[in-house]
Amino acid sequence: MSDIQAFRQETRDWLEENCPLSMREPVAAGEGQCWGGRNYKFDSKEQQLWMERMGAKGWTAPDWPTEYAGGGLDKLQHKVLKEEMARINARSPLDSFGIWMIGPALLEFGSEALKQQHLPPIIRGEIRWCQGYSEPGSGSDLAGLQAKGEDRGDHFIANGQKVWTSYADKADWMFCLLRTDPEAKKQMGISLVLFDMQTPGVTPKPILLISGNSPFCETFLDDVRVEKDQVVGEVNKGWTIAKYLLTHEREMIGSMGMTSPASETLGQIAARTMGVEEGRMNNPMLRAEVAKWEIDGTCFALTAERVTDEVKSGSGVGATSAMLKYYGTELNKRRFETLLKISGSDGVVWNGEDSSSGWLPRTWLRTKGNSIEGGTSEIQLNVIAKNILGLG
Amino acid sequence: MALVLNDEQQMLKESAQGFLAEFAPVSELRKQRDAGNQAGYADSLWGQMADMGWAAILVPEVYGGLDFGHVGMGQIVEQTGRTLTASPLFATAILGVTAIKSAGSEDQKAELLGAIAGGEITTALAVDEKIHHAPTQISMTAVKQNGGYLLRGAKRFVADGGTADKLIVAARTSGDQGDMSGISLFVVDRTAAGVEVERTEMTDTRNYANISFNNVQIDEAALLGQEGKGYGALSITLDAGNLYLAAELLGIAQESFDRTLQYLKERKQFGVLIGSFQALQHRAANWWSEVELCKSVVLKGLQAMDVDDAKTSVLASIAKAKLCEVAELATNEAIQMHAGIGMTDEYEIGFFIKRARPAQMMFGDNSYHNDRFARLNGY
Repeated sequence: MSDIQAFRQETRDWLEENCPLSMREPVAAGEGQCWGGRNYKFDSKEQQLWMERMGAKGWTAPDWPTEYAGGGLDKLQHKVLKEEMARINARSPLDSFGIWMIGPALLEFGSEALKQQHLPPIIRGEIRWCQGYSEPGSGSDLAGLQAKGEDRGDHFIANGQKVWTSYADKADWMFCLLRTDPEAKKQMGISLVLFDMQTPGVTPKPILLISGNSPFCETFLDDVRVEKDQVVGEVNKGWTIAKYLLTHEREMIGSMGMTSPASETLGQIAARTMGVEEGRMNNPMLRAEVAKWEIDGTCFALTAERVTDEVKSGSGVGATSAMLKYYGTELNKRRFETLLKISGSDGVVWNGEDSSSGWLPRTWLRTKGNSIEGGTSEIQLNVIAKNILGLG
Repeated sequence: MALVLNDEQQMLKESAQGFLAEFAPVSELRKQRDAGNQAGYADSLWGQMADMGWAAILVPEVYGGLDFGHVGMGQIVEQTGRTLTASPLFATAILGVTAIKSAGSEDQKAELLGAIAGGEITTALAVDEKIHHAPTQISMTAVKQNGGYLLRGAKRFVADGGTADKLIVAARTSGDQGDMSGISLFVVDRTAAGVEVERTEMTDTRNYANISFNNVQIDEAALLGQEGKGYGALSITLDAGNLYLAAELLGIAQESFDRTLQYLKERKQFGVLIGSFQALQHRAANWWSEVELCKSVVLKGLQAMDVDDAKTSVLASIAKAKLCEVAELATNEAIQMHAGIGMTDEYEIGFFIKRARPAQMMFGDNSYHNDRFARLNGY
């Protein structure tokens, strides 16, 4: 037996033994996620057990180095793990901005001490992170941010206001952009710092969205003490890391377009709801809209695949994350507009008897943010025009 | 399979690029047109292509071919989209080879595929009878008679119909219009008695023909495949045709984009380069993104065809539908962004839209393939 076959067998056995049966049941979209953190209320004992077991093995971050408690898997092993988890329908043990965002940034730019301090608790699901980037006056123009970090020798004193901080009210730590040199040119005076949300002066306030949910907060910083050893990379050189993280975020949001609840294709949902006569869906205009979406959706999924393959083979042009973000989010918005039309008046039921009622209009409204967060579609088009097409 | 070219495919792409830029650039199309060449292409060019083995790429080795595969051939065809190169490559080396390979007897394959691979004969596929693609709506008849068949009916929009040595004709031996069964394929000499070929001059100045079959008597040996069961091979051939048309349209979309992008970086108005205007930047960025999607689906379709993937048919419709949409966008945006100069015959950018539209319409346009995609998916 080859090494990888042996690894597959071990993985299969381990998952069989350690993945609770209830963690293999399908969940409705947007449900059953586990975010972890100090104050997290688990849906069930099994959910907690599943996160802890996977975390202890480092498999919540399978490809991170073992020296920081990661899984240490190579690409092939990582693929095998994903396949084996998919085989038994295992849920994701932990969804985390730590794993998706600040972790990769620390691995790339962080000091040894910061890696040792922060990566293991992220992997074990003990600390939940949020991102302090946007401000009321700095949305698309992120580099114009004004929240200040005043130099006090071994620490900064931070003052200002952040907005669109995802789940700041539930997070334990924040990675945050501060202006630490007010004299320097816009991009040059920014630092990326880390602090505990329990530090005095940090106040998150949830924002009620059109979807009726509050996944984002405003976060007020009043004389917040930030230790200098919690600066990622060098002081005043945080913009590079911020851009790295934005690219990362774009890729994440862009790929979301394709990972929407896909147990049924749009065409299947449409056919089931609208009815099919003589091989054709009733309502020819909507049928065409559905077909066009599925064609674009397939082409986009193939493009995400091709971009990945090109990176692997070293033949890629790079800088395609802006395109994936732009196209993927616009596609996801289109998908939900079409779903709404298919669902007719059922699609706009906000509260109803059925436990799933309200899901569609809320999710549909939430998708409007896809082409805003992580850089608007217009900003992505600017990035493509400038960085890829060379238009000044 | 990874969605990237291997080294051999990449090399073929580059050599095609070099060859076509030197011997068959867009200016060659103008030359053929202005000279009134009825064939739309120069025989000497096809001779060169055949010498390089392009006619033999899809022909199996046992019949004297190279068996290099669809991904490789797709790279050449994509480049012919960039240079708007007319040649028998599509009608002969792709459609002819695929139809004969799929339906032909051992004797037919040995004779015809060998001759095609050697650049000795050209073919054309005669399917449609009306102004819109409808492969099941065949009413042309082939009636058994005198130990062979008697052909009666008319075909239109036959690519290379004016020049091809052999016509591959879909006719009905039984059944009614709309039926898939009862369709048979025949190989007919273009110069056979009763075959009347009328060249139609279209926007791309290539040679298409409307062909009438006025009681054309053919031998039984002219039947390609089994009587009444030609639709399967015809479908395979049409899928291939659509994937290669998509590859060509990809070349057209890319080249018209590259030329327009260059223009945005040269043309000044109000004292600045027009490429500095955000209104144009966003349209260019969107256009570029659409072309990126097209690259992926064309490559996937060619790869699927190489391994006879069951999804080839649906991928052919996805690719053709998408490329029709994006080629339309690309050629329209190209003219709008070039503005006045884009409307002149003197400037080459207008040649792209004039080739794109017939290529889009051949074997089904965007609406046809959207509809087909939905049907293949059960709605």
